Amino acid sequence: MNNKERLELANWAMKHALKSGANESVVSIYNSRDIEIEYREKKIEKLQESTQSGLNLQVYTNNKYSNHSTNDLRKDSLTKFIEEAVAGTKYLTEDQFRSLVDPKYYPKDLGKDLKLRDGGYEKIDSADRVKLVSEVEKAAMAASDQIISATAGYYDSYYETTRVHSNGFVGENKGTTFSAGAEVTVKDKDGGRPEDYCYVTTRFRNEIPSAEYLGKEAARRALRKIGQKKIESGKYQMLVENRASSRLLGVFSGAMTARSIQQKSSFLDGMLGKKIASEKLTVIDDPFIVKGLGSRLYDNDGIAAQKRVMIEKGILKNYFVDNYYGKKLGWEPTTASPANIILEYGSKSFDQLLKEVQKGILVTGFLGGNSNSTTGDFSFGLIGMLVENGEIVKPVNEMNISGNAKEVWNQLVELGNDPYLYSSYRVPSMLFEGIQFSGL
Amino acid sequence: MSQSISRRKFLENGSKGLVAAALIPSFLRGDLTKAFATSKGETMTLSDYYTHFGVDEKIIQEVIVQALSRGGDYCDLYFQHQISNYIGLEDKAVNRAYTDVAFGVGIRVLKGDQTGYSFTEEITPKAMKLAAQTAANIANETKKIGSVKLKVKNVPSYYPIETPWELISIDKKIPYLQTINDKVFAADSRVIKSNVSFSNDTSYVLVITSEGEVTYDYQPLGQIAVSVTAEQNGKREQNYFDLAGRRGIEFFTPENINRLSSEPVKRTIALFDAVKPDAGEMEVVLAAGSSGILLHEAIGHGMEADFNRKNVSIFADKINKPVAEKFVSIVDDGTNPNIRGSINIDDEGNLSERTFMVENGILRSYLHDRISAKHYNLKSTGSGRRQSFQYAPMPRMRNTYMLPGPHKKEEIISSVKKGIYAETFTNGQVFIGAGDFTFYVKSGYLIEDGKITKPIKDINIIGNGPQVLKDIVMVADDFEMAEGGWTCGKNGQGVPVSMGLPTVKVSKITVGGVNS
Repeated sequence: MNNKERLELANWAMKHALKSGANESVVSIYNSRDIEIEYREKKIEKLQESTQSGLNLQVYTNNKYSNHSTNDLRKDSLTKFIEEAVAGTKYLTEDQFRSLVDPKYYPKDLGKDLKLRDGGYEKIDSADRVKLVSEVEKAAMAASDQIISATAGYYDSYYETTRVHSNGFVGENKGTTFSAGAEVTVKDKDGGRPEDYCYVTTRFRNEIPSAEYLGKEAARRALRKIGQKKIESGKYQMLVENRASSRLLGVFSGAMTARSIQQKSSFLDGMLGKKIASEKLTVIDDPFIVKGLGSRLYDNDGIAAQKRVMIEKGILKNYFVDNYYGKKLGWEPTTASPANIILEYGSKSFDQLLKEVQKGILVTGFLGGNSNSTTGDFSFGLIGMLVENGEIVKPVNEMNISGNAKEVWNQLVELGNDPYLYSSYRVPSMLFEGIQFSGL
Repeated sequence: MSQSISRRKFLENGSKGLVAAALIPSFLRGDLTKAFATSKGETMTLSDYYTHFGVDEKIIQEVIVQALSRGGDYCDLYFQHQISNYIGLEDKAVNRAYTDVAFGVGIRVLKGDQTGYSFTEEITPKAMKLAAQTAANIANETKKIGSVKLKVKNVPSYYPIETPWELISIDKKIPYLQTINDKVFAADSRVIKSNVSFSNDTSYVLVITSEGEVTYDYQPLGQIAVSVTAEQNGKREQNYFDLAGRRGIEFFTPENINRLSSEPVKRTIALFDAVKPDAGEMEVVLAAGSSGILLHEAIGHGMEADFNRKNVSIFADKINKPVAEKFVSIVDDGTNPNIRGSINIDDEGNLSERTFMVENGILRSYLHDRISAKHYNLKSTGSGRRQSFQYAPMPRMRNTYMLPGPHKKEEIISSVKKGIYAETFTNGQVFIGAGDFTFYVKSGYLIEDGKITKPIKDINIIGNGPQVLKDIVMVADDFEMAEGGWTCGKNGQGVPVSMGLPTVKVSKITVGGVNS
């Protein structure tokens, strides 16, 4: 489907929904083409290629709301699908807050180019893709004779979306994403087979680091886990590596939504303007980062994107307020969900932060665990390295950190200058004091 | 690589509007629902499925020829029509409904261990042949095969339900949510919020292989989930309870509706008195039931044969070796009546079975799909599963549980000097090679000097799979299957599973407490 066909189908579906009895409606349609390759032992393990499409219909009828998706886009199927969606909605309970967002929140200017689509995508052929994964695997396997297995992977996607709101908004979007990397398993002395990975995701093909780097980095991360063991429980300094840090911020993001406030399941309820973290922490939601993985001009409600400071020097400045829960709370909407999260970065490099650790644990990854948005309690499993006097001593695993977000975020003492660029959460390494670890 | 499981995934998908389809019946093509309604207890015929998907034997033969035209050893076609519905109650009103319809065919070509995969959402001869051609490219020869003799294989019926979900209209479901909500608020004056959801899935699948095997199945899922928030002296707590399975609406009896109303309130109120245990290694008693998450993470993923074929699992060299005490037997079973992880056939058309992973303490069998079974020269264990027609299958768990043992629950608890009793869980994860696994305890109790004392909440437990299997020192005779809606994630694919356990004692494991 091209742009014109998608828009025509969306308008037709919209018209049919309104004719069938909807008062308001949103229709969005996407197409994508996805290619995935797995490569190990010098051959392709798996090659998957497909195109897909789907239509999503939001129905608002007399303040009743429902949402429907289908990938069967034949007109006769859709006709029936839409009619039944609207008819079924009438059984729901009326809810005065169910209506489309006020058009004043729609973007005025859709002309800004955020560079989300790699113009060179069409020129990439299957030989290019296979060449990259074969080189990644080769680089990983060459790193050490202790490697049992290396699987290289590559994925790319091209997508196009169109959305039409019955109260006057039309948005169109095109983008590409590329992922590549490897997963490496190594031999340990006691029969264990520690594994680690290095995968990156970018908007442009040429932003993917070299195959050599991806393979070697995956191998380095796995190899340094050899001999990992848990150590004594106790309070340690905690340095969290940039690529792992976003997990900790996740404890906040669930509690910062209007839904959790309205549903009384947020420990940040009533905390607007109050201190919730160390003054070192400033969190910004920035939708306009060029080539950003979360960049956008409007969100799922059609609300115009805006850069916002969410937490400023430890003070909570904003919540993520979507159209529906904003109306329920009587609040102005901001946006339903974060676009790109950036932080006010520190001045020190990762190595400089490491030097500041007297007795601590460098956390290189989290494993499982969860958090409770109502109370702020959390507990995560982790892997990492014991650090003494600024030097890495040995690998550790099978340990947990537990606590409450209200306390732990006040123990943040320093941020690095090394944001992780391959995620919509561009978070740097972070250093905390006095964190409770459980191990032996 | 890490694998994860989350019982809330299904719900979350629903709330994002990704999952969920038609609210009122009558949109199925062909005669499927009629066949279902009129031939209760009888088998639906292949022609019902052919009509439904708009195909016939001739076009299927042509697609198989195309798929194997580059020299592939084998191919299969996986047709699926899945309809998912979700309705939700919030602030005392059933004010949202989500539906999702997925329709298409996945085509897989194998060449040795190598997989070529493509799918199409348009079931037309042209689109299917194009997808077959794409998948065929995993091989690179030119080959012409003759036609395949297709033969229907009979399949058992582990999850009979009275009426397929797509015939239950939304107005029949709404009263369940309202009743539960009223009962939740009546149960305790401290309740301030209640969210109740009703999800159901109906999936028709037809699997045809180039070896001529034809199987088809109707796979239902039903779930009611209740989340409760309560307030006491300005402090808030939230907890959750759900009942799920390959069930029809008849499963939601007045008794089950009462449990869905009382249990989440009880679980929420208990958290007001909850403390955090000490940090470090201690004795852990796992309550009968959903504690089976221990098995899912500690051994189940590591026994999936793709990881062993690649030599990346910590269990890769342990078959026929002792891994646990003699009273420990662990199975992965797809045949439990109406349980969420049960499957009549796997997604490669193989019959489901009960597979012993550990038998009387000895490691016995991995969980195989077609590729790994061929690699090991064994019969498939019927464990090849996929999220939908958009994905290639791989070895997955079904219902993973431990058989009852020789001990009594009371003697287990009284044997613990200092430890915890873990009762409800939200999620878990594992590193396949290192064997590190975790699971998150939402609630439980401290055990002090052989007695259950204060409630505990929100702690993660982390251990090493093979070590914890060795450290299972007592197994009770009180086996229970989990009742909730667990979904297991692996390589980006979610499949419904269940798990179970009798009361079990692990002699030491690291608990994520707060003081050391």
